[in-house]
Amino acid sequence: MTLSRKAFLRVTGLSFLAVAARKAAGAITGKRWAMAIDVAKCLKQDNCTKCIAACNAAHNVPSIPDRSHEVRWIWKDSFEHALQSQVDEYSPLRAAPVMVLCNHCENPPCVRVCPTQATWKRDDGIVDMDWHRCIGCRYCMAACPYGSRSFNWMDPRPYIHDPDPAFPTRTKGVVEKCTFCPERLAVGRPPACVEACPEKALVFGNLSDPQSPIRELLAARRHVRRKPELGTGPDIFYMV
Amino acid sequence: MFMLEKAIAGSRRYWLWICGLALVIGIGLACYLHQLQNGLVITGLSRDVTWGLYIAQFTFLVGVAASAVMVVLPYYLHNFKAFARMTIFGEFLAISAVIMCMCFIFVDMGQPTRVLNVLLYPTPHSLMFWDMISLGGYLLLNAVIALVTLRAEREAVAPPRWIKPVIVLSIPWAVSIHTVTAFLYSGLPGRPLWLSAILAPRFLASAFASGPALLILLSLLTSKLTRFSPGREAIQKLAVIVTYAMVISVFFVLMEFFTAFYSGIPEHTESLRYMFVGLDGHARLAPWMWLSMILAALSLVLLLIPRYRHNEKWLALACAMVFLSLWIDKGIGLIVAGFVPSPLGAVTEYTPTLPESLISLAIWAAGSLILTVLYKVALSVREEPSLSPAPISKAEVLA
Repeated sequence: MTLSRKAFLRVTGLSFLAVAARKAAGAITGKRWAMAIDVAKCLKQDNCTKCIAACNAAHNVPSIPDRSHEVRWIWKDSFEHALQSQVDEYSPLRAAPVMVLCNHCENPPCVRVCPTQATWKRDDGIVDMDWHRCIGCRYCMAACPYGSRSFNWMDPRPYIHDPDPAFPTRTKGVVEKCTFCPERLAVGRPPACVEACPEKALVFGNLSDPQSPIRELLAARRHVRRKPELGTGPDIFYMV
Repeated sequence: MFMLEKAIAGSRRYWLWICGLALVIGIGLACYLHQLQNGLVITGLSRDVTWGLYIAQFTFLVGVAASAVMVVLPYYLHNFKAFARMTIFGEFLAISAVIMCMCFIFVDMGQPTRVLNVLLYPTPHSLMFWDMISLGGYLLLNAVIALVTLRAEREAVAPPRWIKPVIVLSIPWAVSIHTVTAFLYSGLPGRPLWLSAILAPRFLASAFASGPALLILLSLLTSKLTRFSPGREAIQKLAVIVTYAMVISVFFVLMEFFTAFYSGIPEHTESLRYMFVGLDGHARLAPWMWLSMILAALSLVLLLIPRYRHNEKWLALACAMVFLSLWIDKGIGLIVAGFVPSPLGAVTEYTPTLPESLISLAIWAAGSLILTVLYKVALSVREEPSLSPAPISKAEVLA
């Protein structure tokens, strides 16, 4: 194929224009998904695990009895474990349970280290994963400062009691984690955990929109993030 | 052309050794098939300690591979003639160590059939990508150098001139493989034990102690089993290198302790406390770490006192202690303790399972098999009667 100089310049120029237009459009409709967790509201119902159950059911998360081989997307840990640097021995919340999940970091170490780009940062802020590309090296698990990633040490399928055919199950030997439900966002629904919470303690929204409910909440309420000093820019906010 | 025919003619003892190694490899292979079938659940790894024996062996062996530079550099850059008969053994050791490294990475993968994704989606912001390039390149460099120089030695001619830049390139390359391997760990924000600028220098120091220590042991063994000896001067020079490197390595480790414990920052002390005294009542690593420390101290006594260092029996003991001490430090302690406590403060212990250990042992056996075959080739070339009375030194053509 021969390409004249003029034609080449025209194609190149148009390509640059197209890229610029896409960027500009992205900046206008740009989204940055985040979650604010109201710790006090979350504590209202004792032993509530509705968000965990909804997430596990929606994503075919296996229930593996052996704790050391468990797969977790969203789970409870104590406040002092999840937010170590913000707690001291006099904090009333110290032993209280708090929800932890992937922080969908602004600057995610897991994405930086993945040798196959099987995990990446989407334009809307979500740290997504391709379970078919993951080679199972677990470098992302070493890199994540929050312990938010799980590995399939064995075939998870025997441990999925009522698999949802609408969502893929995973195979042994790959890493997985919370994905902020892009498949639900695409049809205008909030993440499964947010929808399931009876107290509306999980507030999901777009940080790029100053009028969004999450921005108003963050402007009005004191909040903390997990290990912000590491520069990862976690997008899960805990309102205390 | 690869002179491999020399590896299939050997004594009864040689074949017994080969068969023994093959048996260990066979057992490990069976265990690996079991792992392939059931997943990494057959190892002692868990959601908190996600890397263990495999990755630790890989880390340790990168050091052994890099240490070939400790014979190549004095010989080619400083024209230190005593290493003339030693360099090929250093290069062959590097080749077998790099192959073991690759095997350990491979068996650690959850989806080994997808290994080519690393090439299909090259990712320069991942250190693992650079580690693949540096290890692969180092293997290629050493294979080419060893083959070309050994052939020249067999033909009693000078090696071709183009090999010189290749040899010079292999020197910084050796440093790079262990630096990049240290960067795999030292750039992770959530693992305070590894988040240390001294990790790469420390890796290099320990590599330049453990590798040459192994080379001394192999040389002593070779001179016992065959008519060939690399010479007393070469061994004594290597002993001095081991001594310096071990002193620096221990010094670097002590610096880690000072920074962690004098600053008193909890994240920086916790993993070290887990290693040596235990955390929350979990102290499975402690006996190993203390053994490593004691061996390091004893080996330094033997190495630093000339009377012992000059005695080959004491030297062999010191080298064995150096090797074992650094193997515990890097081949067990450092990698596992980096995961304790977990990011959520959990203290989870790790013990390799039997199949996991047998797979690791099989890779060591495969490395030993490769090393045996390569050394056999090199020694057969040297024992050939056709060898000219005054072998042309490799350095002459390069001078």
